[in-house]
Amino acid sequence: MAYYDSLDNVRAEITRCMKCGNCQAVCPIYKEVLGESGVARGKIQIAKDLLEGELELTDKMQDIFSLCLTCKACAANCPCGVQPDKIILAARAELVRKKGLPGLKRQIFGVLGKPQRFKLGMGMAAKLQGFGLKKIPSSNAAHPRFPIGIDTRRIVRPLAKQSLLSRLPEVSKVSKPKQRAAFFTGCMLNYMYTEAGKAVVEVLNANDVEVITPKSQHCCGIPVFVHGDVKTAKAIAKYNLDIFAAGNYDAVITHCGTCIGAWVQHYPELLLDDAKYSKLAEQMAAKAYDVSQYLIDKVGLKEPTGQVAANATYHDPCHMVRGAGIAAQPRQVIESIPGVTLTEMQKPDRCCGGAGSFSLTHYPLSSQIRDKKIADALSVKPDMVLTSCGACRMQLEDGLFQAGSDVPVKHVVELLAEAYVKGGGRDSGQKTG
Amino acid sequence: MLTSKVIEQLVGALGKEKVFTDKEDLAAYSFDATADMPKVVPEVVVTPTSTREAQEIVKLAAQHKVPLYTRGSGTNLSGGTIPINKGIVMVMVKMNKILEVDAENLTATVQPGVIIQDLNDAVAGHGLIYPPDPGTIATATMGGSVAECSGGLRGLKYGVTKDYVMGLEVILANGKIMHCGGKTVKNVTAYDMVKLFVGSEGTLGVITEIIVKLIPAPEARKSALAIFRSLDDAAKAITGIINNKVIPATLEIMDNVTIKTVENYAHVGLPTDAEAILLIEVDGIPEVVEKEAEAVIKVCKENNGQLKIAQTAAERDEIWQARRDALPALAQLSPTTVLEDATVPRSKIPEMLKALRDIAQKYQLTIGTFGHAGDGNLHPSIITDETDIEEMKRVHQAVDDIFAVALELGGTLSGEHGIGIAKQKYLEQEFGEAGIEALRAIKRALDPENLLNPGKIVQP
Repeated sequence: MAYYDSLDNVRAEITRCMKCGNCQAVCPIYKEVLGESGVARGKIQIAKDLLEGELELTDKMQDIFSLCLTCKACAANCPCGVQPDKIILAARAELVRKKGLPGLKRQIFGVLGKPQRFKLGMGMAAKLQGFGLKKIPSSNAAHPRFPIGIDTRRIVRPLAKQSLLSRLPEVSKVSKPKQRAAFFTGCMLNYMYTEAGKAVVEVLNANDVEVITPKSQHCCGIPVFVHGDVKTAKAIAKYNLDIFAAGNYDAVITHCGTCIGAWVQHYPELLLDDAKYSKLAEQMAAKAYDVSQYLIDKVGLKEPTGQVAANATYHDPCHMVRGAGIAAQPRQVIESIPGVTLTEMQKPDRCCGGAGSFSLTHYPLSSQIRDKKIADALSVKPDMVLTSCGACRMQLEDGLFQAGSDVPVKHVVELLAEAYVKGGGRDSGQKTG
Repeated sequence: MLTSKVIEQLVGALGKEKVFTDKEDLAAYSFDATADMPKVVPEVVVTPTSTREAQEIVKLAAQHKVPLYTRGSGTNLSGGTIPINKGIVMVMVKMNKILEVDAENLTATVQPGVIIQDLNDAVAGHGLIYPPDPGTIATATMGGSVAECSGGLRGLKYGVTKDYVMGLEVILANGKIMHCGGKTVKNVTAYDMVKLFVGSEGTLGVITEIIVKLIPAPEARKSALAIFRSLDDAAKAITGIINNKVIPATLEIMDNVTIKTVENYAHVGLPTDAEAILLIEVDGIPEVVEKEAEAVIKVCKENNGQLKIAQTAAERDEIWQARRDALPALAQLSPTTVLEDATVPRSKIPEMLKALRDIAQKYQLTIGTFGHAGDGNLHPSIITDETDIEEMKRVHQAVDDIFAVALELGGTLSGEHGIGIAKQKYLEQEFGEAGIEALRAIKRALDPENLLNPGKIVQP
């Protein structure tokens, strides 16, 4: 059984915690709240008490378990190898099973469980968002006009008028393909950063990779899963696995820390006890790559010749660096670009505080964590901040805006695509629709 | 029993956001880092942000005669912060300001919630260090460290916390504030109250400000790892190094059980048939470091030690990784790790290690021992499972034996972890009846109502 299916399944993980408190040193939330229920050690004790019947499920407990970025810093720093994120996710799932989802989440996740309705809803939202969002002049961002579940101080990317999936051709061919890769776009790219999505196809094509973008693919399901809705997450996992297993691809390419985590870690875990799907999930996990990882490790990156003069700094998305162990490859991509200097901030792998919807539900706390990240990034005086995740990107954009900075945030492969174009690369517009 | 009136008054004094009464929050303060200890849920948790607020809390505790448990990060290893009689837990981590770094007088003044590593980071720019470096340096607070008189890897050359505390601001049990010590290097006024409060484990007063001594950071360091087939050779090397007038900053030992476990865990290429490994670091002025390193190498070779000397920072890290892996590797073997703190004169290290081996055999337990050989401070770690009642019985008997042997060899119950709850029952073996009475007299004089961290060290 997947460990999320019962709190009892993480009992051994809970017992392994020797309560040393080392997690305090690295937990971004603990650093702000300075309370034991904010850090892994305290949460593990609370989960233990819940398991042993000394505490019961309460709203307060829900609050406590919601205070986690799942950045996995505690797991990386734990001398006993405990993975507190698993315990916290299992506790969240237990809370949902026993107490149900709160009304708003139930509605949103209900729609997410139905890919066609979700698509339709997002399409409508893109058209109607002008009512809710107030554009910020001379930028590609907006403020909410009223608190539509989002703090009105924060800036967001408006939804793209046309989704990435509706713009990309099903097949982006190259003359002599070395590999055939399926592109899993994920929501941030599909609905917000569509240009970055186009860049993925361009750089893959430029490296002689034929790209297939299955039209009916859906959200990776992790946002649902981290909120404890394991049932919907499993359904979404199966849906995506069916779609991507149907084609004959050498690889599945993602572009986001959360999405890569879904394919390589969470799908196999979620579907552990499903005879058919667990095998499929394992097979697909073995072929899933982040785009930088794929270019460096599998394809052999074609070095760009176009110059991009810039001092760049790179932010490691938590689920990329600690979740999937991908840190060197994005940096290799950056350093391959002529004219680009990569200047590391002090703690490039410290969480930006975004954590998907955490930045929406806990905006003030999320902002405190983010501001530390932004100060660190700006301390190296970058011309641009690079990252490998759409959710981090949105958080960093908001942070830079709030700090009064106009330094742009880009995905690593967007910069690479730019370098290919400047080096006289293929005309991307034609190829990717 | 704590009444709702006390909570109301706490809220009145501190504001609602600094007073926690939800069951879930309280549960998170029912334990510390010590294994095999009772879990006790406090009645209220408070988080003062100033001396004035802390004083209000002490006054309220005194007025209503409620037990008051002061704690920092709760990383201590003797049950010292468990609220055994319930009452109020006062968490000091939000009083975390470095008030002053005085480079001219080589002092720093800090609030108790400052993390030790943060102090080191703050003084690094002045070319200074605060030498006590417990394993929890990145999490432990200065206040907790002073209260527990923590030690660390550099104890041999640099001593423990009490050697660096120069002055304190303390709230007494009656709510009054006293100051002792200060910035002067020489200070012999009256009783040494600073030393009395350092290591008092929160039983005599609440520390709210600390003046510590800083020292110039060593310019150079050199590390080596020496492998010994025989325990006696390792022991001879330890005493030989010091007989050669070299005081290494660090001189650590790992026994065979630990070596095997670390190797199995981290695959760093340690010889699993070695009886002991020494990890040695000398530091100071480059010329002296060179000379001392030569002496260390010579002594180790003379005693059949196989040497690996770090030439680069990366190699130094590699050597220290083995030591850093010791506890995690042992801890991962089983759910519970009972980490003890027995300390003997360094010449008795081989005897102590042999005794530990016998005790492990006698009680059929796995005991991995590592620790600070240079200062005789060993950490026998018993690998066990709290839920195995029969085995835990043997663990407790083994621990009794461990401390009996340590004391027989002229050692002490604690080199750096303190007494807390865990080692109370052995205290009289070390102090004798007269000694215990003296400890009690001090406790009664300073805390007549037994309100400050009651149930720890001695009963009044």
